[in-house]
Amino acid sequence: MTSQARNILILAGTLCVASAALAFIAFGKLGDNLVYYWSPAELLAQGDKAIGPTIRMGGLVKAGTVHWDEQHTRLSFEVAEDTSPTAPSVKVVSTDLPPQMFREGIGVVVEGTFAANGVFTSTRVMVNHSNEYRAPKPGDHHKDDWKKTLEGAEPTAAREQR
Amino acid sequence: MPGMQTLARVLLAAGPADAEHIQPVTTGMIVKYAVTTVVGIALVWGVIRLFGWIEEKTRASFGVRAGLIGIGVILTAVGAYLGLFWAPPDRMMGDVQRIMYCHVPLLWNALIALCINFACSVLYLIKPSWKTDSLAEAAAETGVVMGANGVLLGAIWAKPTWGVWWTWDPRLIAAAIMLIAYAGYLALRRFIEDPDRRALWSSVVGILVAVDLPVVWFAVRWFRSIHQFQSSPSTVDPALRVPLRVMAFAFLFLLMGFLWQRYRIALAHRKDEVALPDALPTTARREVTP
Repeated sequence: MTSQARNILILAGTLCVASAALAFIAFGKLGDNLVYYWSPAELLAQGDKAIGPTIRMGGLVKAGTVHWDEQHTRLSFEVAEDTSPTAPSVKVVSTDLPPQMFREGIGVVVEGTFAANGVFTSTRVMVNHSNEYRAPKPGDHHKDDWKKTLEGAEPTAAREQR
Repeated sequence: MPGMQTLARVLLAAGPADAEHIQPVTTGMIVKYAVTTVVGIALVWGVIRLFGWIEEKTRASFGVRAGLIGIGVILTAVGAYLGLFWAPPDRMMGDVQRIMYCHVPLLWNALIALCINFACSVLYLIKPSWKTDSLAEAAAETGVVMGANGVLLGAIWAKPTWGVWWTWDPRLIAAAIMLIAYAGYLALRRFIEDPDRRALWSSVVGILVAVDLPVVWFAVRWFRSIHQFQSSPSTVDPALRVPLRVMAFAFLFLLMGFLWQRYRIALAHRKDEVALPDALPTTARREVTP
C-alpha cells in the first residue's frame, strides 16, 4: 500500500470518528442529563432528590420579593419560572452579595442547597444577561438600580464580616 | 423534508425552561455546514497556493505582510476609539459592556484560525505538503493565542456582570477544552522529531480536536447555559454594532498577517529539518519547494 493510499484511509477513519463524536454531542441528548441548572418547576418536581446536594437553580427574580436584611447581611428573594404571577417560584436566601446588575425581573442562576422547608440557601448569586445590547434611552436609570437594592449596605464590610 | 426536521427537533429538544433559546439541529443546517466545510477546505487550499505564488513569483511578500498587519493596527486604533469614546454604554451593563468589542472578535478570529488548522490537517492527508503542515502549525498557534486572550477577557467581563470569574457553563467548558486541546496539539508537534511523522499524526489530532469547534459555537444553543447566545443585528443597537464590526475586521487583518508570518517561520523550520548535509548524494535529498 502506498503512503498516499494509507493517508487517505487514515483521513477517512479520522473523519468518521470525528463526525461520530460530534453527532453524539449534538444528538446524544446530553442536555437531558447534564443541565447547567434546574428551573424552579423542575427543582420542585425532583422531590427529595433535590434536598441536600449542592445544585443550581435558574429563573427570574420575582418582582416585589427582594428583601435585604442589613443586620445579618442576608439577601432574600423569590426565583420564578417565568414572568406570569402564578408561575411556580422558590424562595432563596443568599449569603452572597449579588453582582451590580441584580434587580427585580432579571434572570439569575443561584448555587446552593435546597432544604425540606422549601427554602433555597444560596452561596452564590449569578446574573444572566441576554444577548441584547442597547444604547441607554432618555430617563434610563438601570445602571444605578443595584444601589437601590442594597441601600445602606457596604459590600466590602459585609464580605469581611462573613 | 418536514419529517426529517421534526425528527431532528425531537432528538434535540433539550430543557423546557429555555425552549425559545435552545435551537435544534435541522437537516438544512447539517447540509449547510457540510457544504461550508468543503468550500472552506477548498478556500484554504487556494490561499496556500496564493501564498506560494506571492512568495515565489513576486517580491511582494514583505509588503503584503506589513500591509495586512498595518491595516490591522490602524483598524484596531479606529475600533478602540469608536468602542471606548464614540459608542454609548450599554443601558444595562454600563461601560463594562465595552469589553465585548475585543472579547467577541478575538474568539471569532480564534475559531477562524482553528478552522484553518482543521482544513490544513485534511489537506495534508489528501496530499502531503510542507506548506499545509506549516500553515496548520501557524493557525493552531495563532488560534490558541487569540482564544486565550478572548477567554481571559470573557472572565474579566463575567466578574462584574454574572458575579463570577468562571463557572462550569457548557459554553465555558467547551472553550476551555478547545484551549487545552490545541495546547496539547502544539505540545505534540514539539514531541515528535521526525517531520514526516509529526505532520501525519498532528493532522490526525488536528481533525479530532476540531470536533470541539462546532461545540464551542453551538453550546449556547444546544445546552442550557448562563452565557448569552449569539447576538444578531436585531439584538444590538447600530451604535454598538459599528465598533464590533470594525474590531472584527481589525483582528481579521492581524490574524492574516500573523498567520502568514508564522507560516514562513514554520516553513523555514521544515526546510531546515529535511535538508541533508551537502556530502550526501543529491538523490537522497528530499524535494523541498519553498
